Amino acid sequence: MTELFIEGDPIRDEKAPEGPIEERWDKRRFSAKLVNPANRRKLSVIIVGTGLAGASAAATLGEAGYQVTSFCYQDSPRRAHSIAAQGGINAAKNYRNDGDSIYRLFYDTVKGGDFRSRESNVYRLSQVSVEIIDQCVAQGVPFAREYGGLLDNRSFGGVQVSRTFYARGQTGQQLLIGAYQALERQVAAGTVQMHTRHEMLELIVVDGKARGIVARDMVTGEIQTHFADAVVLATGGYGNVFYLSTNAMGCNVTASWRAHRKGALFANPCYTQIHPTCIPVSGDYQSKLTLMSESLRNDGRIWVPKKGDDKRDPREIPEEDRDYYLERLYPAFGNLVPRDIASRAAKNVCDEGRGVGPGGLGVYLDFADAIKRMGRPAVEAKYGNLFDMYQRITGENPYEVPMRIYPAVHYTMGGLWVDYDLQSSIPGLFVTGEANFSDHGANRLGASALMQGLADGYFVLPNTINDYLADGPFEKLDEDTPEAKEAAEAVRARIDTLLSIKGDRTVDSFHKELGQIMWDYCGMERNEEGLRKAIDRIRELRDEFWRNVKVLGENDELNQALEKAGRVADFFELAELMCIDALHRRESCGGHFRAESQTEDGEALRHDDEFAYVAAWEFTETGEQPVLHKEPLEYEYVEMKQRSYK
Amino acid sequence: MNITLRVWRQKGRDDKGRMVTYKVEDVSPDMSFLEMLDVLNEKLTLEDEDPVAFDHDCREGICGACGVVIDGVAHGPETTTTCQLHMRSFSDGDVITVEPWRAKAFPVVKDLVVDRSAFDRIIQAGGYISAPTGTAPDAHAMPVPKTDADRAFDAATCIGCGACVAACPNASGMLFTAAKVTHLGMLPQGQPEREARVVNMLNQHDEEDFGGCTNIGECAAVCPKGIPLDTISQLNRDLLGSLASGKAE
Amino acid sequence: MALKSAMAVTGGILVLFLIAHMYGNLNVFAGQEAFDSYSHHLRELGEPMLPHGGFLWIMRVVLLVSIIVHAYAAAVLAIRANRARPVRYQARKRVQRSYASYTMRWGGVLIALFAIFHILHLTTNHIHPGGAFDSPYERLVAGFQPEFFYVTLFYILSVIAVGFHLRHGIWSALTTLGANKASRERPLNIIATVLALVITIGFLLTPLSVTFGLVE
Repeated sequence: MTELFIEGDPIRDEKAPEGPIEERWDKRRFSAKLVNPANRRKLSVIIVGTGLAGASAAATLGEAGYQVTSFCYQDSPRRAHSIAAQGGINAAKNYRNDGDSIYRLFYDTVKGGDFRSRESNVYRLSQVSVEIIDQCVAQGVPFAREYGGLLDNRSFGGVQVSRTFYARGQTGQQLLIGAYQALERQVAAGTVQMHTRHEMLELIVVDGKARGIVARDMVTGEIQTHFADAVVLATGGYGNVFYLSTNAMGCNVTASWRAHRKGALFANPCYTQIHPTCIPVSGDYQSKLTLMSESLRNDGRIWVPKKGDDKRDPREIPEEDRDYYLERLYPAFGNLVPRDIASRAAKNVCDEGRGVGPGGLGVYLDFADAIKRMGRPAVEAKYGNLFDMYQRITGENPYEVPMRIYPAVHYTMGGLWVDYDLQSSIPGLFVTGEANFSDHGANRLGASALMQGLADGYFVLPNTINDYLADGPFEKLDEDTPEAKEAAEAVRARIDTLLSIKGDRTVDSFHKELGQIMWDYCGMERNEEGLRKAIDRIRELRDEFWRNVKVLGENDELNQALEKAGRVADFFELAELMCIDALHRRESCGGHFRAESQTEDGEALRHDDEFAYVAAWEFTETGEQPVLHKEPLEYEYVEMKQRSYK
Repeated sequence: MNITLRVWRQKGRDDKGRMVTYKVEDVSPDMSFLEMLDVLNEKLTLEDEDPVAFDHDCREGICGACGVVIDGVAHGPETTTTCQLHMRSFSDGDVITVEPWRAKAFPVVKDLVVDRSAFDRIIQAGGYISAPTGTAPDAHAMPVPKTDADRAFDAATCIGCGACVAACPNASGMLFTAAKVTHLGMLPQGQPEREARVVNMLNQHDEEDFGGCTNIGECAAVCPKGIPLDTISQLNRDLLGSLASGKAE
Repeated sequence: MALKSAMAVTGGILVLFLIAHMYGNLNVFAGQEAFDSYSHHLRELGEPMLPHGGFLWIMRVVLLVSIIVHAYAAAVLAIRANRARPVRYQARKRVQRSYASYTMRWGGVLIALFAIFHILHLTTNHIHPGGAFDSPYERLVAGFQPEFFYVTLFYILSVIAVGFHLRHGIWSALTTLGANKASRERPLNIIATVLALVITIGFLLTPLSVTFGLVE
């Protein structure tokens, strides 16, 4: 395996203070240098991405008086994909008096992350969670309320306390609109300059510091250089490397990958979360997958026919010919086993040829019993909107025919490596939200993505970035600075290459094939043989891409194929690193399941002695061996345990 | 099934634009409308023809990026976003006319892509509650009656897609503006800026060259999120109240 | 925005006027004496505080101003709407809009033309299809005789146009003035429809009764 990567020096997070965990965030805020309010207007920050982590950071830094320049590829910052989060946002408010606390949220998150996250970071996340809710309510986020006028909470994702705040099934939307409005307020105030339909294509590093970006105006094709004293990437996850995922069509890894190529370490790329309750693929034209809330598993029963290739109408398959496999395998938890177990079990029964629906990639989620037990009106009240969504997409009525579900890629825990200050290994480059790797370990708990995005953007970054900016403003740069010129030239050259290949395969056909490779070999279950095969095939396909891709049109116009081509090119490189990371981690943990590392019952088996570290990868050259830097993980507060759902 | 598309093609902002007819074969009824356009674009690319540009992102009906006028109706025959419209709503042999949102405030960027930044500027004019990070009191400090919270939520579900403008015979952006005025105006946190908000947002609305509202109701009828028409009346009420109180400006 | 409120308020004044006017018209069924004395009394209203015909002139001024403001606002809004969509749709389909809302603008123009004709006909009597008379009752009866069916027909069409205009106008004015809430949407629409119907029928009764010989 050493032929695939080189092991380098271990790394450490130098910024997290020592001492009692509950005091570390206070300590860091105290030790961090401050910037005098009068000096802030002389300091500039570029923020790429306007999802929860980006919009909230832009608004907050703008309020503080910094000069912020914000970028998004969408036509409005309000459309970032945070908007699609359904379930809710966790906060250790303990409004229910049910025994919740900051410590419990911390404990649940570390355990949920399968002991592959940092205790200091997670504790801070839990502390800050409380302030997020206050902030959002003050902005006018219409959270669900009870008749007394106070906020409603629910329990989410099998957690025993009710700490999830929600706004019907549109929590992400409402939180994002809150952050977006705060951002637009700063745009009006002149502290934030917004560039929509702009895509970051390169990072500008001068004297070892991140000093700017190269962006393409997606309407005119103009290649622009933008400079600042610090750069923040809030550019989301990379789930679209699988082509089919619950991510938006435009979600991509380009900003992160370009930074990685310039020296930012990429941590734990193989940790991907697969969500068990998505609407299955209906044909090869499928462009994306739609998630349905996990709450469906509270009352629906999951099954497949006992015999493969059973083409009967599901309603006519008698009980004795059905296999309620989750209830059979996990009698204690039944249909409510964690996401990864439910996902893998579905894959297994489909691999056995017992899957249902077109292509045999689906399992039934049956509400017949629930309707019998609770009555149709009760089911309708609880799940009506989800049933409507299902019917709109599939054309089938779930009150009468069992729904079909299948797992889909949903979230990526890995991302650019950052320290406690959210600063990457390039000084001046900060990374927030899903784009960084820091808080979820190997697996993310439900309703924690929104929490982390807003924690980073509203509260963490605005307090830690001061420490770096206090040394600024740095030397003034312009487009003639050699490093900027070089970066812009590199971007132009790449675009010219993509446009000049004029091969005979479309960008989408490459992306689909890459996605299929990743799904087959680096998806829910991975093994050495498959991963090696995947690496070979990715390399071949990448070569073919650069020889045979067909991108029409010009640079100086709105050219959606060109945009996609650039993103897919970066996905190819990321895909290879993901497979290498998955291959080197010969254990199963959280969202990473290695077939070679399982218990007798087929459960994930961690190897804490060997793998209790963050794998932070350093880029060398496309197709060349990356360098692995290990950041050891130590657990002072939560005892490492192997989980069991039997 | 086989479909004939009449699609608006326009190279750029200053191009005059025209309708072009394409045939799309082997369309599955389970395809979404946008997936059907994907199929068309794959075909066009292989035939060396410029693919049709259209805005889209989440494809699950929540980001508000997509939106075209299909056979004269914004988002097409079902009351949903274009990405959630499926080809089973059409029949074999149909001729479907596809046009961009048409409004002076939404200039065409290319083909079916329009510039909706006017909406962002309306929000900038006052579509927010001033609550700088860190200044918030405890979330439970101010209870909100459930009915008010629910009404605020109903208005807040607006996805800013612009279908209301596209459908309005006057190309008015009143439903969008009213949804935000209602969302923030129903909450106690939104009261201090309520009077100024409605006036400032409306002034911006008019400055962006949207038409005036004549209460026809096509906006609410095509709204994929069902923003109720009475939000416009709420806006009018707030406006009259604001003008009467003299607090704005 | 002020334009819309102005339209709503002036529209409201005109609706109130129409109701009063309709009441006056229906006096025709009480006979020539009642009808003529009603129109005579209109001129004496407010005496001796006001000079003879004073109330009527105040009314006329208020109405004229209302009509001018109403039409001006409508014209400005129409021009703005036209500008707001410089390129038209090639395919157009109404989703829920009523015929009434569709005909507001041209219907309004028709009504204005009708109002001018109507004043020349029955108020100033410059146009007198059945001959000029001093008695308003006689003008009325003469004007709607079957042989002048085209006059009657024009009246009928115009009054129906008024009805449509009111159907959307009343609803729209109430909404503009902030009266609409989700729970009131139906009641408001019903009020608009009923008022529009009552006024339309009320105005049709008089000329039709003459044409069909019920009033002689």
